[in-house]
Amino acid sequence: MSIAATGLKAELRRAERARKRRAFLLVLPLLLFLIVTFVIPIGDMLRRSVHDTELAGVWPRVAQQIGDWENRSRLPDEALFAALAADLAESRENRSLATAARRLNYAIDNGRSLVFGTARKLPDSAGSWKQAIIEAEPRWGDVELWGAVAQASGPLTGFYLLQALDLKRTAGGDIVSVPSNQAVYVDILLRTFTVSLVVTLLCLALGFPVAYLLATLPTRLANPLMILVLLPFWTSLLVRTAAWIVLLQEQGLVNEAMIWLGLIDQPVRLIYNRIGVYVAMTHVLLPFMILPLYAVMKGISPAYMRAATSLGASPTRAFVKVYLPLTAPGIAAGALLVFILALGYYITPALVGGAADQMISYFIAFYTSDTVNWGMAAALGAVLLTATLILYALYNRLSGSAGMRVG
Amino acid sequence: MSQTDILVSFQGVQKTYDGENLVVKDLNLDIRRGEFLTLLGPSGSGKTTSLMMLAGFETPTRGDIVLEGRSLAKLPPHKRDIGMVFQNYALFPHMSVEENVGFPLSVRGLSRAEQRERVAKALDMVRLDGMAQRHPAQLSGGQQQRVALARALVFEPKLVLMDEPLGALDKQLREHMQIEIKHIHESLGVTVVYVTHDQSEALTMSDRIAVFNDGMIQQIDAPEAVYESPQNSFVAHFIGESNALHGRIERIEGQDCAVRLEDGAEVRARAVNVAGAGSRTSLSFRPEKVHLAPASELYPNALPAQVRETIYHGDHVRIRLAVAGNEEFMVKMRFRADRPIPRAGERLEISFAIADCLALDPLDKPVRALAEAS
Ligand SMILES: Nc1ncnc2c1ncn2[C@@H]1O[C@H](COP(=O)(O)OP(=O)(O)OP(=O)(O)O)[C@@H](O)[C@H]1O
Ligand SMILES: [Mg+2]
Repeated sequence: MSIAATGLKAELRRAERARKRRAFLLVLPLLLFLIVTFVIPIGDMLRRSVHDTELAGVWPRVAQQIGDWENRSRLPDEALFAALAADLAESRENRSLATAARRLNYAIDNGRSLVFGTARKLPDSAGSWKQAIIEAEPRWGDVELWGAVAQASGPLTGFYLLQALDLKRTAGGDIVSVPSNQAVYVDILLRTFTVSLVVTLLCLALGFPVAYLLATLPTRLANPLMILVLLPFWTSLLVRTAAWIVLLQEQGLVNEAMIWLGLIDQPVRLIYNRIGVYVAMTHVLLPFMILPLYAVMKGISPAYMRAATSLGASPTRAFVKVYLPLTAPGIAAGALLVFILALGYYITPALVGGAADQMISYFIAFYTSDTVNWGMAAALGAVLLTATLILYALYNRLSGSAGMRVG
Repeated sequence: MSQTDILVSFQGVQKTYDGENLVVKDLNLDIRRGEFLTLLGPSGSGKTTSLMMLAGFETPTRGDIVLEGRSLAKLPPHKRDIGMVFQNYALFPHMSVEENVGFPLSVRGLSRAEQRERVAKALDMVRLDGMAQRHPAQLSGGQQQRVALARALVFEPKLVLMDEPLGALDKQLREHMQIEIKHIHESLGVTVVYVTHDQSEALTMSDRIAVFNDGMIQQIDAPEAVYESPQNSFVAHFIGESNALHGRIERIEGQDCAVRLEDGAEVRARAVNVAGAGSRTSLSFRPEKVHLAPASELYPNALPAQVRETIYHGDHVRIRLAVAGNEEFMVKMRFRADRPIPRAGERLEISFAIADCLALDPLDKPVRALAEAS
């Protein structure tokens, strides 16, 4: 390579570098914003779902000593019992006993009473703490109980994630389903997906004809209609949801109209149940279905339908064979958008749904704000995130061949 | 012409979209079985609208269209059995070439084996046999054009409509496809109605040309007749090139007439479309029919002219003259060793035969501009 050519390359690189730096500076603010508001919180959430230092925080000696407990088929030796006694004494002193009791209660049946009972009955001093503690609460002589304590000592735990899937680890380390009377989260997860799916289908069924009308009407007529579609966007979510409560309640407009029309004798329950959730969520999410559909339909030349009819296809057939497949990208985009938005819905079901209609976000909120169980909230979030990503991948795999891939 | 030779006839057809302007005014047109008929005209003259009414995508606001003796008024487009090639082909983007071409067959419920066989034949006809599995996006413009052609022909319709099918192709490909479409027409014997605003396309391909303007057929004739004997100024100036000189009819003598030009000179012209003595007229001259020579026995008419400009074109020279007040009078001159090319500013005489000087209706609108805008 000649010297001139190397010089040229270097110049090109320098020119390119300036351009790249400029491009990078342009996206930098957004990048920082995303890191602070998106990447870090999600990373933190995922960390919290497997990170567990609650017990270690109040019982540091136990957490440290239990690492030295090697033969886990035999009871730990005196050192660990001594550590437990010291930690119990200290947490009784600084009132952190409740924290330890709560955390162990997740892991051990009646863990709370065990902790409080041991603390109450423990002597001030003992020759052998092992003997004294087992005397105070004989359950401490159980190897499996110590296994559970070891699992709860962190710093990493699968406990919350397992619980979010209605699973638990036995003291022996096996993963088993929780008893059916305690299994709730899989149900909630399935309910979340069912509600989202039904809402997506409702949005599609209602939105498709509207989008079609919008795309085929002359602009003069399409514009006012478009405003009607966008109107829900311009009103607050709470106002709209409240409006549905007014409309759907037992003395609401819908019930009274149906009674007046003689369709029903008694008011039917339309709200604080699944019907209310479907109605309100479909209404709120409808524009997210209509807009992508409209955008795609607007781009479909009327010549395709004309070509199909001129080739002998009846209007129905032309619609099914030609128009519908061409709208597939719009259906895919709209359905994905509505489904994923619906998955995270919280306010609407909370306001118009019954106890059995609450979706996973409700429980995430419950754990973050009511019981301050960050681990559980984070685990539910992580499960929702993972399930959504799996569904999305599956969806892209299935729809890729049909030209419906999104993203 | 016997009745059975007519495949389609437009009978007093009118069309308005807005209730005010007639886009098609009183269209009467007989399309003969097996002919290649071209609708030629400037943009907005109602060609596509006429075609769409025939295909069934627009309805006439008055009049009737009759296909093989049967009114089309109540027949929906998908039952008309008319093949159509759209300007942008309208190939279904989600189907392969094979599925596109097979579409009219599958709609008609043909067996898979028969479909495959006829699709293969149709693709072979347009020389696309290797491309059956491709999608339209993977084809060049000319190949897409051929697929559209195969799709419109595969179900053997009696009538094929083509709306500017070559409009999107470059010049070379267009000329190539013109010949190909012409050959297919000849070998299949199908009736073709072809829309274009490209006059050379119309001249090379058609059996007959219907020249449209303002929603009316100005003239319908064989290409030679449309070019050689235009019936009015619009046709004379829209098809090919024409020079216009304006004047008044002095007197009419049989098929000829004497015309007094605006600058006072008198010429004899063929009276094609004139009202009578005293009325205004526009004379039309083809650039290649005007001679740069004094009057002679063959070319008895002569006018003084001054050369404004000469433009070299390789095989000929175009000479812009000022003649009787027209500064844009074009004459084409072939190279000849014994004839020097005149220089700008030179004064000379032009001469022409009576038959090459057509007295037509007075020309108000600049037709050339209209044609070029389209
Ligand atoms: N759907 C429509 N609604 C209203 N006016 C229309 C419609 N289609 C065509 N027109 C009008 O009718 C007139 C004739 O249109 P048409 O499409 O038949 O012209 P054309 O001869 O095919 O022109 P081009 O060579 O540009 O294709 C035009 O003035 C056009 O504006
Ligand atoms: Mg047109």
